[in-house]
Amino acid sequence: MEEPILQLQNLSVSFDTKNGEVEAVRDVSLSLKKGEILAIVGESGCGKTVMSQAVLKLLPKTSRIKQGRIIVDGEDITDYKEKEMRKLRGGVMSMVFQDPMTTLNPTIPIGKQITEAIVKHNKVSKEEAKKRGIEMLNLVGINREEEMFSLQPHFFSGGMRQRCVLAIALVSNPQILFADEATTALDVTVQAKILDLLLDIRNKTGISIVFISHDLGVVARIADRVAVMYAGKIVEIGTAEDILYNPRHPYVWGLMSALPALTKAGESLATIPGTPPIMLNPPPGDAFAIRNRYALAIDYEEMPPMYEVSPTHYVATWLMDEKAPKIKPPISLKRMEKE
Amino acid sequence: MMNSEPILSVSNLQQHFKINKDLTIKAVNGVDFEVKKGEVVGLVGETGSGKSTVARTIMGIYPATAGEVYFKGNLISDKGVYRKNKGDINKNMQIIFQDSAAALNPRMTIEEIITEPIVVNKLLQDKNKIQEKLDTLLMEVGLDHTFKKKYPTEISGGQRQRVAIARCLSTSPDLIIADEPIASLDVSIQAQIITLFQRLQREHGFSFLLIAHDLSIIKFICDKVAVMLHGKIMEIGPTEEIFTRPAHPYTQSLLSAVPVPDPIYERNKILIDYDARSAIEEAEMVELSPKHRVFNNFPSLVFQKLY
Repeated sequence: MEEPILQLQNLSVSFDTKNGEVEAVRDVSLSLKKGEILAIVGESGCGKTVMSQAVLKLLPKTSRIKQGRIIVDGEDITDYKEKEMRKLRGGVMSMVFQDPMTTLNPTIPIGKQITEAIVKHNKVSKEEAKKRGIEMLNLVGINREEEMFSLQPHFFSGGMRQRCVLAIALVSNPQILFADEATTALDVTVQAKILDLLLDIRNKTGISIVFISHDLGVVARIADRVAVMYAGKIVEIGTAEDILYNPRHPYVWGLMSALPALTKAGESLATIPGTPPIMLNPPPGDAFAIRNRYALAIDYEEMPPMYEVSPTHYVATWLMDEKAPKIKPPISLKRMEKE
Repeated sequence: MMNSEPILSVSNLQQHFKINKDLTIKAVNGVDFEVKKGEVVGLVGETGSGKSTVARTIMGIYPATAGEVYFKGNLISDKGVYRKNKGDINKNMQIIFQDSAAALNPRMTIEEIITEPIVVNKLLQDKNKIQEKLDTLLMEVGLDHTFKKKYPTEISGGQRQRVAIARCLSTSPDLIIADEPIASLDVSIQAQIITLFQRLQREHGFSFLLIAHDLSIIKFICDKVAVMLHGKIMEIGPTEEIFTRPAHPYTQSLLSAVPVPDPIYERNKILIDYDARSAIEEAEMVELSPKHRVFNNFPSLVFQKLY
């Protein structure tokens, strides 16, 4: 078995607020292989962003890693200090955020922003840096790259800005890329192109990508594996086929039946009642129980363990217990017989 | 219950923004469409296609550069007519914005927010009647009476959007314009709000102009769709026809880009790229079927008539 590039072992992250402790990430374990694209799916506030920020140690001061270990390329980085993290960030790991306009500095030419990391990290000469920068613009699919190199961000459209942000993230050949809702703010046609670009870059460079999104359609296009998070925990993890063709967790059922794309016109859209929980005082049992139509009595008392569905597919729901009633999932996703 | 009388009719609507003496942005450049009584019309397009500007121009937030907007037979794009019918327009045409946090006054309680249009338009005078109305409105949008004394910042995004909907229903409008009402909400909450819209539309029978960039929602809820690009309508027709037989290359590319939660289908999907190079500026709408029209800006393409 190949050594995973990133491993999280029982990671928990908490925020200290004046009202008490908020558990944003609770006991998350996962691993990411080389060249793999892992999608993290969940609603806002489920902890998907906090988890990736914890790995990069970009968390605000009010938060702390309560327990667990973060292992990057065989090395335990849990106790790394800022100085050591700086070498990793932008080197081994980098991150792309949702809004390209706030990521880019509006006053600095794109080229300079792209090469900043290698100038700081690798001490390359100006000419070399420029050569590399132009190479990067080419890689992310920006035409007339020589000309674009010296332009400020406001000359670029939203999609091109996001391409530039990708170029910044990729310039120092990272091994892991975190993309946090990287395509959410873009139009569908532009989004589709950026997704294809990410796949293309993965195939060319063998980079591993953690792709954070709330859109199951986007996830279907890009991900090899999918982890669904709810209230700070991973509730289901498996290959994209496992999760989207054979979901086992009631929350994933709910998410999928709430998609207009999977509902025929004229039928009514299924909804998940209630709202995602606030993790100030998490309930003792399954946090999804109060919104769960199929909740069992035990759901309110005890947290479900991870059950194995297949060697690639794990799910945390009491419905998988042998004593639980057999419930047929309300949705069956049939492959589209088109084209 | 749908009859052919148009509640809103827009013809050759133009909205040009003069930035300086050399630069004028033609945000909306000749748009024609109709919303009939009880009809749900979707307006789709990408960022900068001018779809929100259309909504705002109809509402009279910006005066139109050219073109006509008829609301219930009155030419409301004309200042004089607008002024004369102001009371009726304010009461019968309502808008819901994308960002409910910005649209609701943070210093007013939910009660004040929802009853404000009733008080301002003098629809009800009696305080008890207003309270009764408030209770029904809250119930209709799925909120309980505990929300009355809360402030917008105290409630979640989905609940805030419900308050915005209740406020807009308070005057029993004939037409509701919603500008990306669910774009900033979570998937599970989106479904709740769409279902709410559907139910309310069925119960109240108002006409609904829904502006969105998410095609799957349009497909789900709308009777008719108009696809916009660069300030013009590229294709307009019944939802069913647009989604099964899109005629315009832009509509085709837009539909192909919508991600579907099916990994095998998605991985093998080939995107249709919209190439505007051979498109011409001036062109006419071609009728494909009585209700389905397409902007013929590709002279080389022959659009097949559907009837």
